[in-house]
Amino acid sequence: MATLEIKNLHVTVETDQGTKEILKGVDLTIKSGEIHAVMGPNGSGKSTLAYSIAGHPKYTVTKGEILLDGENVLDLSVDERARAGLFLAMQYPVEIPGVSVSNFLRTAKTAITGEAPALRTWIKDVRDAMSGLKIDSTFSERNVNEGFSGGEKKRHEILQLELLKPRFAILDETDSGLDVDALKIVSEGVNRAHQANDLGVLMITHYTRILKYIKPDFVHVFVDGKVAEQGGAELADQLEAEGYDRYVKA
Amino acid sequence: MSDSPKTAQHGLAEHTHGSFVPLQIRSDRPSSKSVSDFEAISPLQDLWRYLQPDQLNGLDSDVLGEYESEVSFVSTDDVKISWIESTDERVGSIGVPEDRVAAAAYTNASKTLLIEVAESAEVKEPVVIKIAANHPAPSALHIFVIAKKFSNATLIVEHMGLGNLAEIIEIDVQDEAKLNIVSVQNWDKGSAHVSAHFSKLARNSFLKHSIASFGGDLVRITPVTTFTGPGAEVEMNGVYFASAGQHLENRPFVDHAAPNCKSRVTYKGALQGNKAHTVWIGDVLIRVVAEGTDTYELNRNLLLTDGARADSVPNLEIETGEIEGAGHASASGRFDDEQLFYLQARGITVDDARRLVVLGFLVDILQRTGVEELVEILTSIVEEKLGSY
Ligand SMILES: Nc1ncnc2c1ncn2[C@@H]1O[C@H](COP(=O)(O)OP(=O)(O)OP(=O)(O)O)[C@@H](O)[C@H]1O
Ligand SMILES: [Mg+2]
Repeated sequence: MATLEIKNLHVTVETDQGTKEILKGVDLTIKSGEIHAVMGPNGSGKSTLAYSIAGHPKYTVTKGEILLDGENVLDLSVDERARAGLFLAMQYPVEIPGVSVSNFLRTAKTAITGEAPALRTWIKDVRDAMSGLKIDSTFSERNVNEGFSGGEKKRHEILQLELLKPRFAILDETDSGLDVDALKIVSEGVNRAHQANDLGVLMITHYTRILKYIKPDFVHVFVDGKVAEQGGAELADQLEAEGYDRYVKA
Repeated sequence: MSDSPKTAQHGLAEHTHGSFVPLQIRSDRPSSKSVSDFEAISPLQDLWRYLQPDQLNGLDSDVLGEYESEVSFVSTDDVKISWIESTDERVGSIGVPEDRVAAAAYTNASKTLLIEVAESAEVKEPVVIKIAANHPAPSALHIFVIAKKFSNATLIVEHMGLGNLAEIIEIDVQDEAKLNIVSVQNWDKGSAHVSAHFSKLARNSFLKHSIASFGGDLVRITPVTTFTGPGAEVEMNGVYFASAGQHLENRPFVDHAAPNCKSRVTYKGALQGNKAHTVWIGDVLIRVVAEGTDTYELNRNLLLTDGARADSVPNLEIETGEIEGAGHASASGRFDDEQLFYLQARGITVDDARRLVVLGFLVDILQRTGVEELVEILTSIVEEKLGSY
C-alpha cells in the first residue's frame, strides 16, 4: 500500500507578463488502488498539477509538498520520479523522430526496472499489450508518436502504462479526442493496469462519459488552481447536470 | 505548459518557403584543370567565405604530393580497380574543377584510380576503397568511377587516419545503371580534406550518393550531380557531426539539365562544443530543357551546446515553368525540451534521452545508405562522439 500526498501545493510559471501563480494550494491524497477523478473548467490548472507532479521544468513549486510514501518527490528529477513509480499520460504526447516505439519501450522498461527485460517474455508482453489495446503490430517499428492520430497517441500512452507498471498514474485527458470504441479500449487498458498493479489513478477529464467505464472512488472539482469540492461518484453526475457555475466566483 | 500540440512537436525553427534565391549559374562559374588559373583563396570569395585559408593545411598550394600509397582495394572481375595515367582521355570528362583546391588535386594527381563496374554486373557485396592515411603532407588523389550500362553496385570510399587530402571523385553513371556510393570521412584530429565530387547521370540511371563526415578538423565536400539523360534519379544524402573546433562543410549541387529527372537532397547534422561549425549550401538549378523535373532539398541541424554554429542556405533556380515539383527546407535548432521531458518522464536519464534523440535524428540518414554494416559502424561513431561531451 502506497500513498501519494499533495499538500498545499503552490505553483507558478513564467509568462511574458511576469510570474503567474497557477496552483494556489492544492491538497489531494491518493492511495494505492484508488481512482480519483479531477474535473474542472478550462484553464483551471489541471494540466499544471499533472506536470508539476511529473516535474516538468517549466513549473516552479513555490510552496507545499508532494510526498510519495513520505519521500519528498520535489527533490527528485523527472526521470527519478518515473523510476519511483509515477507515470503521466500526457494530454499532448510529443513526436520523437528516429526513435522507434520498440526501442523506446525497451529503453524505458530498462530504465524503470534497472535491468534489461528478458527478451522472450518482453516481446510477448509487448505484443499482448498492443493487441489488448488494438494497436497494430507495425507500430513497433514506427517512430514514437510520429504521424499517430490523436486516438493512436492516447492508446500508445496507455500501452506504456501497462508495460511500465507504475504505482501511480496521472491521466491528463486521456479520454479526449477518442471515439466511443477507442474510449472503451483505452478504459479497459486503464482498468487492467489498475487491477494488475493495485495502481492509484488520478484521472483528469472534462466528461463524465469515461466514468461509465472507469469507476471513480472520489471526484474532485478543480477551480482556479485548487480543489473546490470533493465527493463520491455522484458528484460527477451533479457536475454534468449543473456545470461549474456555482464554483466560479463572478 | 503550452496546450498547443503544434509547438510540442519539435524545437526546430522551420524555414520553408516557395520564394527563390537566385544562384550564380554553374556553367558561368569559371572552371579549369590547372591550379594556376585560380587566384589565391580568400574568405572574400563566395566559395570560401566560411573558411580561413590556413584551415586548408596547404591544400591550396600549387604543388601537392600524391596519395597512391595510402589507398587499398580489391579488384574483381565485376569491379575492376586499377591505377591509370591521369592523361587518359576519360579523366576530366565528368567534371572540371571549379575551385582552386579541386584544380590543385587535378594538376598534381599524376595517376587516377579507375573503378569500373562491368556492364550488367549485379554486385551483391559492397566494394570498399580504404584510404587509411598516415600522410600529413598535403597531397592529391583522383578517383574515377564508371558504372556501366545496366550494372548495379555499392561502393564505399572510407577516409581515415591522419591526412591532408585534396580529392576529386568523378562518377559516370551510364544508361540504366544503378550506383550506390558512400563517402565516409572519419579522419584523425589535425586532418584537412577538401573533395569535389562530379557525377553525370545518363538516361534512366539511378545514383544514391551519401556523405558521412565525423572526424577531421576540416572536411569540405562539393558534390555536383548533373543529369545528362532523361528519366534519371539521384538521392543525395548527408550526415555529419561536428565537435569542438571542427569545420564540416557540404555544398551539394544538382544540375537538372535533362527532362523528367528526379532529385532528393537530404542532409542532417549535429553540432556540439565550442567553435563546432557546419556549413550547408544546397543549390538546385532547373534548366530550360528540364521539363518535368521533380526536386526537393532539405537540411536540418541540431545544435547540442552553446558555441556551435550551423550555416544553412538552400538555393533553387528555376528556368522553366513546366516542372513536377520543386521545394526546399532548412532548419537549425536546439534540443526540443518537450522531447527530453517525455523520455525522462518514462524513467530515462537526461543523458540517455539526449543520446536517443540525437541518434534518432542522424540514424535516419545512415539507414538511407542501405548498407547495414556501415549503419552499425557509423552509429557507434556517433555514440562515441556523443559520449565525449
Ligand atoms: N507556460 C505558460 N505560460 C503562460 N501561461 C500558462 C503557462 N502554462 C499554463 N499557463 C496558464 O495556466 C492556466 C492553467 O493551465 P492548464 O493547462 O493547467 O489548464 P487546464 O486546467 O489543464 O486546462 P484545459 O482543460 O484546457 O486542459 C491557464 O490559464 C494557462 O494559460
Ligand atoms: Mg489541460
